[in-house]
Amino acid sequence: MSKWLLQPAAKPTVFALCLLPFIGLFYQALADQLGANPQEALIRATGDWALRFLCIVLAVTPLRVLSKTPSLARFRRMLGLFMYFYVLIHFLSYSGFDMGFDLAEIVADIIKRPFILVGALSLLLLTPLAATSFNAAIKALGAKRWKQLHKMIYAVAGLAVLHFFWMRAGKNNFAEVAVYAGILALLLGWRLRQFIHSRAKS
Amino acid sequence: MLIKTDRDGFIHPVSSEITSEKVYHDRRALIKLMAGGAAGAALAGWAGREAMAQAITAPGKHAALAGGKSNVAGAVTMDKLTDYKDASTYNNFYEFGTDKADPARNAGTLQTRPWTVSIEGLVKQPKTYGIEELLRLSAQEERIYRMRCVEGWSMVIPWVGYSLAELIKKVEPLGSAKYVEFVTLADPKTMPFVGSRVLEWPYVEGLRMDEAMNPLTLLTFGMYGEVLPNQNGAPVRLVVPWKYGFKSGKSIVKIRFTDKEPRTAWNKAAAQEYGFYSNVNPNVSHPRWSQVTERRIGEDGLFAKKRKTLMFNGYEAQVAQLYAGMDLQKLF
Repeated sequence: MSKWLLQPAAKPTVFALCLLPFIGLFYQALADQLGANPQEALIRATGDWALRFLCIVLAVTPLRVLSKTPSLARFRRMLGLFMYFYVLIHFLSYSGFDMGFDLAEIVADIIKRPFILVGALSLLLLTPLAATSFNAAIKALGAKRWKQLHKMIYAVAGLAVLHFFWMRAGKNNFAEVAVYAGILALLLGWRLRQFIHSRAKS
Repeated sequence: MLIKTDRDGFIHPVSSEITSEKVYHDRRALIKLMAGGAAGAALAGWAGREAMAQAITAPGKHAALAGGKSNVAGAVTMDKLTDYKDASTYNNFYEFGTDKADPARNAGTLQTRPWTVSIEGLVKQPKTYGIEELLRLSAQEERIYRMRCVEGWSMVIPWVGYSLAELIKKVEPLGSAKYVEFVTLADPKTMPFVGSRVLEWPYVEGLRMDEAMNPLTLLTFGMYGEVLPNQNGAPVRLVVPWKYGFKSGKSIVKIRFTDKEPRTAWNKAAAQEYGFYSNVNPNVSHPRWSQVTERRIGEDGLFAKKRKTLMFNGYEAQVAQLYAGMDLQKLF
C-alpha cells in the first residue's frame, strides 16, 4: 500500500476518483436521470459529497498515524481541495437553482434560515483554507501560522453537521445525520486524545 | 397532358379559400387564449376543456376510471399537465418513508380491497361505506388542479372524483357539526414507516365545514383517467387544491364530523410551522423558508426559473370568501 501511494500514477488516479461523483452527476443531469426534481437532487447530492469529502480529508491524518503510512500525507491537500470543490458546487447549485443567482434573495435567505446561515458560514471559513493551500502561501504564512489557520476545518466539521441536522429537522429524519456526526466525532475525538497525550508528555 | 377539373378532388377554385398553414396551427393557441379569459368567462370553461381535451393519455398502469366534464368553477386549470411519471414517483406519503422516492417503492404492500370508509360523529346518517358503493355515490368528474406542496414545489394533476359535498349531503350533518376530520389508514403491517417518530399515527387532517362543502374539495378516486396508484393515496383520498398538499389526506378510512377544530398531524408535530388552515399564501412564509415562489415539477428543464406562487394557489375567486375578515397572518 505504502509503495503504491508513492507511484507517479497514484496522484492522477486519486484525482480521477475524486472527480467521479461530479462526472456522474453531470451525466445524470444531461441524461435527465435525476428524477422529478433534478435541481433539488443536485443540491442535495453535491451537499452529500461535500460532507463525505470532509470525512475523507479528516480521516487522512488518523489513518496515516494509525497505519504508519506517512505517504498518505501527500494526498491531504488534493482531498481538501476536492472538498472545497464540492462545497462550492453545492453553494452554486443552491444559488442558481433555488435563488436564481439573485444576490438580494440569497442574502435575505441567509438571514432568514439558520441552516443556510450555517452553510454559508462554512463556505466562508473554508475559503481562506483553499486560498492558502499552495506551497508559496504556506511559506509566506510560516508553517506554524498556516497550521493554526487550517485548524478551522474542525469548526467547519461542527457547522457542517449542524447544517445537515437542521436541514433534516423538518422531517425528524436524523439517521443519516447521526452517521456523519458519528464519523466526524470519531475523527475529531482521536485528535483530542492525541492532543491530551502530547500535553501529558511534555 | 393532364387537364384538371374541379372533379379531381382536393382543388380549390380560389386560393384564398385555403386556410393558411399558420392559421391552421394557431387554432389551438387561439382556443387556449380564449380559455385564458380573453373571450369572456362564458366561453372560458368550454374552451378550457377543448384545449385540454387531448392532453391526458392514460398511462396504462391501473384500471381505467373515467371522469366526466365538471361544471364547477375552477375545475379545470389551463396549466400544462405534470408527467404521470413525476406525479407517481415524487410523493410525500410518510407511512411509506420520508424520501420522496420511497412511496412509489414501498406502497405496493397497501391492500386497497376490501376497503371501507366509516362516516361518524355529528351526522344523522352514520354509515360505513364500502369502496364500491362510495365510487358509485355520485358521477365521477375530471378535475385538473394545481397542487402546491408546502415544501415549495408544485404539479398539475388531472384527478378523478366528485365534490366531497355530495357525500356530506347524503350523510346529513347535524347543525352542531362545524368541522370534518379525515382519518387515514395506519397499518403497521403494510405501511413500514407507521410507528416512526416523525408524526403521530394515524395521519389526521381536517377542514372547516364550509371548506369541506366547497365544490372544489374533491373526494378523489383516480388520476390521469385511472384509479389512484397506491403511492398517491389509493383507493380514496382528499384533494383540496387551494391548500398545501399535506392537507389532502391519502388512503382515508374514516370521516368524522365534530364541533371542535380537529388536531391535525402536522399541527401536532410543529404547531408554529403548520397551522390548521394551511392555505397556499405567498404572503405568509413558512418559519424556515419563503413561500413566494415555487418550482413546477418537470417544467422547462434544469435552468427554468421558479414561478410566483399565487394566493390560494390561484383559486382566490372560488375560495377567498371563505376567509373574509380573517387575519390570515395569524390563522395560517
